[in-house]
Amino acid sequence: MVGIISSGFHGRRQSGNPALPPGQYETGSFPVLTAGPAPRIPTDDWEFFITTEAGQRHAWSWAAFMALPQMDIETDIHCVTSWSKLGTRWRGVSLDSLFENVETNCRFTMAHSYGGYTTNVALADLLGGRAWVAWEFDGEPLERAHGGPARLLVPHLYFWKSAKWINGIELTQDDVPGFWESNGYHLHGDPWREERYS
Amino acid sequence: MSTLWRVADVVSIMPETETARTIGLRVNGLNGNLAGQHIDIRLTADDGYSAVRSYSVARAGMDETLEITVDELANGEVSPYLVRELAVGDQLEIRGPVGGWFVWKPTDKNPVQLIAGGSGIVPLMSMIRAHQASENPSQFRLLYSLKSPEAGFYREELQTLGQESHKLVIDYAYTRKAPKDWPTAPQRLTAETLLANILPKDPTPDIFICGQTVFVETVAEWLVRAEYPAASIKTERFGGTGGTR
Repeated sequence: MVGIISSGFHGRRQSGNPALPPGQYETGSFPVLTAGPAPRIPTDDWEFFITTEAGQRHAWSWAAFMALPQMDIETDIHCVTSWSKLGTRWRGVSLDSLFENVETNCRFTMAHSYGGYTTNVALADLLGGRAWVAWEFDGEPLERAHGGPARLLVPHLYFWKSAKWINGIELTQDDVPGFWESNGYHLHGDPWREERYS
Repeated sequence: MSTLWRVADVVSIMPETETARTIGLRVNGLNGNLAGQHIDIRLTADDGYSAVRSYSVARAGMDETLEITVDELANGEVSPYLVRELAVGDQLEIRGPVGGWFVWKPTDKNPVQLIAGGSGIVPLMSMIRAHQASENPSQFRLLYSLKSPEAGFYREELQTLGQESHKLVIDYAYTRKAPKDWPTAPQRLTAETLLANILPKDPTPDIFICGQTVFVETVAEWLVRAEYPAASIKTERFGGTGGTR
């Protein structure tokens, strides 16, 4: 594993922290990484949809979405650019609630964002209390730069899977690469296995 | 495969500013890279502790060499070592190059507007160099926002290109200190200055913005408000210092 020693390098020794996946370091700030300009979506115009292989479309307005059971989430997040932020606090709706009445035989999904961003996530990674549509961060409405009004939150995968400005989830028969997955990044993106690049 | 760690030999070191230097690397088996891509660098201490950071490539080659330019961050873990300690003949580990989005290819046809804030010039310089080395006739324009003339990277090369290249126009915006005889006082970049110093909307240019988060967000916002199509704007943020939210 270790090939080259830089004897003058001492580093910060954070990686003894068991909360940090391999190759990650802890940051106190919350860097913004986006491929383009941040879209502006008033909550009056906001919608979240789920579409199935049978052509069914389930959709929620902001009011209908806010009427769903809300959960508080405390979790660590890991960006593929090597920073991790520990103990972040969010509020949002579990994907389990959103998928409650959705019938599908698909195993894969494509998340679609306002602004055109896409990312593929296996359905199993979205269910079982491991993924949310989050609209609050640290007790405040989610800022636009961080994906407000709402973003996908799939903290057990690298953070590019937690699509900002989420608009909906399309169920797909196959695991089709999304935006970053078509640009050199891993289809799955598990930080604990360091699934960074394709 | 781009996911493997490989050994890189440090073959050259060139100072850029008081806090930044360009490091030339040779990597056995490296197969060139695209302008705008980045590499990951891994440093390992005597006791096995290691740290990884990403750096944009400053010169995209077609061979086993590449260059990165590293600016020392005041509280950095890796950059102080790379800027102050690393010497020609040393080795380090790299992974990559990576990235297929924030890149310019010599086959791209559109005019290109580059907008750099401080060390955000690095991947954009890679694009300028690739464009200069190619037969591609498209028009490039660079707007380089920087604190002072002394803070600029690649000063001589950009000065020469600005005077001699028929396919590159360079505009500077100084935020704290301007050169002598500069027509305007230093100030933070404004929407007016930005829009007065970039390519027009028609024909739509490909726009690449790189710099600190706030700079990138602000500039992208101004461009969208001025009705440059969002789909033509590509952004890359540097420095890992975002807001707290």
